[in-house]
Amino acid sequence: MSDPSQTSTRTDSVPNSSAIESESSAVHRASGSDPKTLTNRSAASSTPSRNSFGYRRFSPRRIATICTNTLTELTRLKVFYFLLLFGLLLIAGSVFLARFSFQQEFQILKDVSLGAMSIFSSLLAIVATARLIPQDIEDRTIYSILAKPVPRFEYLLGRLGGALLLLAIAILAMSALFLTVLYVREHSVLNETARQMASAPAEQTNQALQAVRASGLNPDLVPVIAIIYIKACLLAALTLFVSTFATTNIFTVMVMVFVYFIGHLQGTAREYWLHEHGADWITRVFLAVVALLFPDLQAFNLVDDAALGHAIPLMIFGKIAALGMFYIAVYTAMAGAVFSAKEL
Amino acid sequence: MKRFLAVAIILLVFGAAKVPAEHALSLSQQRLRLTGAPLNLELRQQLGQLGFVAAFSGFRAVVADLLFIQAHVAWEETEWGRVLLLFRQATTLQPRSVLFWDMAAWHMGWNASVAAMNDPSQPRPALRVKTQREYLSIARDFLERGIQNNPDRPQLYESLGRLYKEKYNDHLRASEYFAQAARLPGAPSYDKRFAAYELSYCEGREAEAYEALRRLYDLGERERLPTLITRLKVLEEKLSVPPEQRIPETAKAQ
Repeated sequence: MSDPSQTSTRTDSVPNSSAIESESSAVHRASGSDPKTLTNRSAASSTPSRNSFGYRRFSPRRIATICTNTLTELTRLKVFYFLLLFGLLLIAGSVFLARFSFQQEFQILKDVSLGAMSIFSSLLAIVATARLIPQDIEDRTIYSILAKPVPRFEYLLGRLGGALLLLAIAILAMSALFLTVLYVREHSVLNETARQMASAPAEQTNQALQAVRASGLNPDLVPVIAIIYIKACLLAALTLFVSTFATTNIFTVMVMVFVYFIGHLQGTAREYWLHEHGADWITRVFLAVVALLFPDLQAFNLVDDAALGHAIPLMIFGKIAALGMFYIAVYTAMAGAVFSAKEL
Repeated sequence: MKRFLAVAIILLVFGAAKVPAEHALSLSQQRLRLTGAPLNLELRQQLGQLGFVAAFSGFRAVVADLLFIQAHVAWEETEWGRVLLLFRQATTLQPRSVLFWDMAAWHMGWNASVAAMNDPSQPRPALRVKTQREYLSIARDFLERGIQNNPDRPQLYESLGRLYKEKYNDHLRASEYFAQAARLPGAPSYDKRFAAYELSYCEGREAEAYEALRRLYDLGERERLPTLITRLKVLEEKLSVPPEQRIPETAKAQ
């Protein structure tokens, strides 16, 4: 028995042909030609921005079409809803985990919620992206797409863009719930504190209320959530790269799980490799390989300190975001390089 | 094959380019104490394999919170050894959490130490006192290590001051820690007063304490609290301050 959702996914896997072909129609209309005879004059119409067939070498519109289609396809996956639901349940449930003093309660709420956002967005990034290329090959939709004037790199960018949009939706949903829960708890604690301290001097009441506000909702959480998103995007880009040479979905997921764990220890391996010169050469080569090949995922882990209310300078956020973008760009470029040579 | 080799080389070249950036970022994070627990065998032994893996997969804070909740449950069941073990693990994982250090010290210094003195299973008072001292020493150790990891936060200095004041009756050290807390940003306004109060109990430091209390008194009505006035009057007597220099008799004492 086939799963209806899977069936609908497969039929939707081929991006809207009219959208992709509309550009070619526009080219034909402009030249007043029949598309079938276009190849004969291809050489004449070739310009730096167009290929020998008269199509744009790089078209954001084509990428957007594939991206939208990928997003539609991914949002119909049950795994997306399961992961999102688990994430949302964990965030909502963290309120009931334990009742301590307000500082302890807020710290636990933030730790658990941001931790849930981090793990579920990472899982979603890996699981959703790992299936994109193998599934398209299995369903043979990739042949329909690449038979149209869609360069392989655009196909990859569109696929990755769809996965990143999905991650953005998941992070936004989890953030909205987390911030709402925190806001509601903070106001409830503020009211409780104000009531308890009604007879205390105004200075003491203000200090107590200030302490509650400092432990609760603060703007520092926004960059932390952004970093969680960038980490998930980096994992998605790396997963896409692995899936360009992997043959099955499960292989990609397994490789990425290992990468995830090694990535969190890469910093330790790198520092040991850079500073510990007493180790034997086998150890040093091993550490060098780990340091050079794997991303430093621990650098993106600001959740622990943000939950404690420690001020993290925007400069640090900026550096981490820039490093994340750099990783994403390089992994996507390498995915493009491998995929362009892949025999389909 | 050639393409895969090319990709491997690109990966290594990319690695060589990214390592300095990662190292610089890591140094910036270390300077700001954002790097968390160091990876070593002691931590591995403390946490067990699963906890260790979880802690280094980006869930250090969550694992520490779970240990903290377990410690809370162990406290409710008055399993002091377990409370100590769990707090050691939680503080090792989250050394920047002032709350964990403070709670660990409070449980050891105020709960476990009192329970040790009232332990019906220990008939010898000397051994009860010995156990109590051990718990107090553990509480002090938690606070001192907490301060080493969070030198910029006033709460732990304040807690150490309170421990010296209430458990060791060491007013001089209590005063020093309250004064250190008062100097840090975000310290509550009472830390300055507490430092002066504690100094007023120290033999030979009365003049200094009187000056500190008087300075606070002169700040205005907000600082003229009953304890401050009482301590000032005690010191005026002790130091034989001339009547014209004393605070008015109408000032409310506790």
